[in-house]
Amino acid sequence: MTNHWIDYQHSDVFMNIGGNTAENHPISMKWIEKARENKGAKLIVVDPRVSRTAAVADLYVPIRPGTNCAYLGGLIAYILNNNLYHEEYVANYTNASCLINEGFEFDESTGLFSGVQDNPARSAKSYNLETWQYQTDEEGNILKDPEMEDPNCVLQIMKKFYAKYSLDNISKVTGAPVEKLEESYKLFASTGQPGKAGSMLYAMGITQFTHGTQSVRSVAVPQLLLGNIGIPGGGVNAQRGQSNVQGCCDMGQLYHIVTGYMGMPQQASHPDLEAYNNAQPIGGYWVNRKNFMASMIKAWWPDVSLEQGYQYIPKLDGKDHSHIGMYKYMGDDIVKGLICWADNPAVSGPSASAKRKYQAQLDWLVSVDLFETETAAFWDDGELNPAEINTEVFMLPAAAAYERDGSKTNSGRWIQWANKAQEAPGEAKSDLWIADQLFKAIRAEYQNGGGALPDPILKMNWDYGDDPDPDKVAMEINGYNVADGSLLSSFGQLRDDGSTACGSWIYTGFYSSVSDPATKRKIREREGIGSNLQYSWAWPLNRRIVYNRGSADPTGKPWNPDVPLFKWNEAAEAWDRYDVPDFNGTIPPEESAKNPFIMLPEGQARLFTNAHGRAGGTSNDSPMPIHYEPAESPVANVLYPQATYNPVSQRWYPVAEHTVETDEERERYPYVITTYRVTEHYQSGIMTRNMPWLNEAMPELFVEISEELAEELNIANGDNVILESKRLYNNGEQKGIEVKACVTKRFKPMTIDGKLIHAVGMPYHWGFKGMSTGAVCNDLAPSVGDPNSTIPEYKAFLCNLRRAE
Amino acid sequence: MAKPICLIDATKCIGCRGCQTACKQWNQLPATDTSFTGSYENPPALSSNTWMRIKFREHESEQNGVDWLMSKQGCMHCTDAACILACPAGAIYRTEYDTVKVDEVKCIGCNYCVAACPFQVIGFDRLSNKARKCTFCLDRLQSGLKPACAGTCPTGSITFGDSRELIGKARARVDKLKAAGKANANIYGLDEVGGTAMLYVLGDKPEKYGFPADPQVPIQTRFWNTIYAPLRVFVVIAVGLGLWSNRAYSKKVQESKLKAK
Repeated sequence: MTNHWIDYQHSDVFMNIGGNTAENHPISMKWIEKARENKGAKLIVVDPRVSRTAAVADLYVPIRPGTNCAYLGGLIAYILNNNLYHEEYVANYTNASCLINEGFEFDESTGLFSGVQDNPARSAKSYNLETWQYQTDEEGNILKDPEMEDPNCVLQIMKKFYAKYSLDNISKVTGAPVEKLEESYKLFASTGQPGKAGSMLYAMGITQFTHGTQSVRSVAVPQLLLGNIGIPGGGVNAQRGQSNVQGCCDMGQLYHIVTGYMGMPQQASHPDLEAYNNAQPIGGYWVNRKNFMASMIKAWWPDVSLEQGYQYIPKLDGKDHSHIGMYKYMGDDIVKGLICWADNPAVSGPSASAKRKYQAQLDWLVSVDLFETETAAFWDDGELNPAEINTEVFMLPAAAAYERDGSKTNSGRWIQWANKAQEAPGEAKSDLWIADQLFKAIRAEYQNGGGALPDPILKMNWDYGDDPDPDKVAMEINGYNVADGSLLSSFGQLRDDGSTACGSWIYTGFYSSVSDPATKRKIREREGIGSNLQYSWAWPLNRRIVYNRGSADPTGKPWNPDVPLFKWNEAAEAWDRYDVPDFNGTIPPEESAKNPFIMLPEGQARLFTNAHGRAGGTSNDSPMPIHYEPAESPVANVLYPQATYNPVSQRWYPVAEHTVETDEERERYPYVITTYRVTEHYQSGIMTRNMPWLNEAMPELFVEISEELAEELNIANGDNVILESKRLYNNGEQKGIEVKACVTKRFKPMTIDGKLIHAVGMPYHWGFKGMSTGAVCNDLAPSVGDPNSTIPEYKAFLCNLRRAE
Repeated sequence: MAKPICLIDATKCIGCRGCQTACKQWNQLPATDTSFTGSYENPPALSSNTWMRIKFREHESEQNGVDWLMSKQGCMHCTDAACILACPAGAIYRTEYDTVKVDEVKCIGCNYCVAACPFQVIGFDRLSNKARKCTFCLDRLQSGLKPACAGTCPTGSITFGDSRELIGKARARVDKLKAAGKANANIYGLDEVGGTAMLYVLGDKPEKYGFPADPQVPIQTRFWNTIYAPLRVFVVIAVGLGLWSNRAYSKKVQESKLKAK
């Protein structure tokens, strides 16, 4: 989140799209209700069905699963066409006035941008970015048109590009009635007035698509146009679905990053530390990455040179090692062992039944969890024959969150320390204890018997005590001076000469005092705007709202004087502060206004981007959010007739075998299915399906279908039905999963470009282990991925549905 | 605090069922074995082991196509409590907080309260032969805590406090809802059965949420309570004897069944 939960109270309009905030993040409703109560705020819910959030919304807009970008593109077009954007914000704080190379073009029939090229890897296309670059003068300064009228300036390019996203066209694509589209666009665009705040709330319903990055961008772009970034009550608010998943990402648990969102070193392009450092951006705050990387190396291997330490870091080999990739390599017999730590991909992964089959090729599998997971018990799924499986499975019982000390980082980036409430039962141990034992055992193996590449293990800094102390881990993450071990308070103190050590630079300051670490503070704010700066600690630098230069105009006056984050005090020649500045607070406001997005070389937010994700000369995605269909869609792309799904998305399995491609197949799998969660259960259900009170409240897996479709298929409420997808079609045999039908008024058929389309939806919490069992929903889902993150497309694919005989 | 009540604002209920689970947890009520009912509503009814639950109701509507209404169902703690009138054993009483409580020691298991309750919220445990229902978390009130449901509600739908203050809040809320276009918004439990300690703000007519539109103490209950009150002591003895022999008999049957196994 750019903002935080408590800050929701300052919003005037909320848009919950691709998320279900009441159901999956119930505490959010406390603050949303506060905003409604105190300032008459409105809640718009955009969703394929009436969810528990839609039930309490002021305005509900139904859309077909997989059409978020079209809906939000329509919002962008509405804002631009009706001049509802926050002009001063857009002109000063975004790249709207920047000029793009004259060669930049877009082909409306193919839906492809200039620079497109065939791609030898998993996606069909990639982009050469030459024509997407800024026009510059001889000194390299970006050329701009302050009036934003030049046809090559970003604002004009956007106006031209989004001309197609008219209400009529968006209605045809999404199935939403024109009047609902207009009402919602009008309401949300009202936050473009200076002083008003609009908040976008989303979750996996935005990201889990082959165009997931596009969807996130299509949330960010309207927020920038409306001046809703960096202000109280605004923001792009990705609501995290797990209490500490933010913390996991911060610690570099994704394969393509190390800690603090630094890119993972690549074998080919970053053979040494110098090459890695040279690949960092030439402008913006990231020029300091070398300090962060050096400090991370020093924290891990204090006794070797930085270059030697860099060499110890495993490098990426050019392959994609995300979830889908890892299982592909398992199926190809390359990955031979798997440690599954608090993860249950045999239920939560796409095409899960195939994934279970791949696991049978493993030599060994370790499952660290609270209960036996379906992943650990994959051999017992009813399909596989245990007699033919040689995988050795180890199950390590883990302590629950309440049974161990440590910090959790919430969606708002608050790192909150929690003490153990009770001892873990039986032999269950904390994750830290298990990791510590594992490391020490591996180190002992190396000490005894040599083995390949011993040094990264033998020289690793590992001094958390016999019974590992989470406070010691926290201090290492926070960072310290190597010379005397004194703790650091800001990542500004980190150096690239090996004099500082720091596990994750964005956390520096969260544990800068042994006696009173900020992460353990619990002082509630008595007066103020809810920043609660003395309550726990938020990264970076205890900043509660990021990009917060955007909260005030170029002269330093807050757009909304009632809820100021920063106010320039003429007399004192300093800022009155209610948060930690995300800009240079020591220079006059007019100066910092030139550089409000300090992480970016251009200093201004990108409505148009020419530098997606990964390093190298090619882009993984479009410069402006664009509507592509999901990999499996019941209709053609209404906006771009020759385009279908995202041409740069990632395919792992032969298209003809894995996904629906032909009209004949579309007839065989005619319904759009989307997947989601319910309040009563959690993720793959391991924690909740072993809890009788929750099983009592939500006892069985079900699929939600409209009354119209139920009548057509002769299905009564509560009947057993079979769901089938192409993933369960093998060698001429179609298998399916059997679940209960929930016939409801909350799903309605949609008309898409004149064609009647039925969408259905189901939660994915069940599996074949635990106290409540059921079919695995994700057996149906395809293993296709977003070009940047490779996140699988769980939220829109095709299925067939029939009554069980 | 004067008279404590709960205000349940159904328009702020998101159906998360935190209250339903908190009730089970605080009162250590076992989960019942349920199956999918065709909606999110479960368990299908209140019982001796389920003292409150969330009802989910779907109605066609012009605004969003469908209104999905959620509300808490449980003992209302009526001022004019049919159960107190109906109980021949004097086992149901008004507490020091004006809430209504079953004294399980005195309960003779006659089931009259179950039949008399206009809201159908009293459960009957066949094993112990006792009527059981929401206690308004009397033990928590006596320790200075809110009822478990109010303590866990994340949205502020269930609040706990002084009746005068909360009635004022309820009135203001209904005015606000009406101004916002919810013409049928109303306070439920203010006048019904003499007023209830579980007071509701509803966004639509009570029937739409599954509440009786006009709850009444059954006429037989009043009749029984006023005319036959002097004779009650004999009835209690008679009913008590009858149930005792019945129980002794069923115990015997059970024992012989166990032996047979």
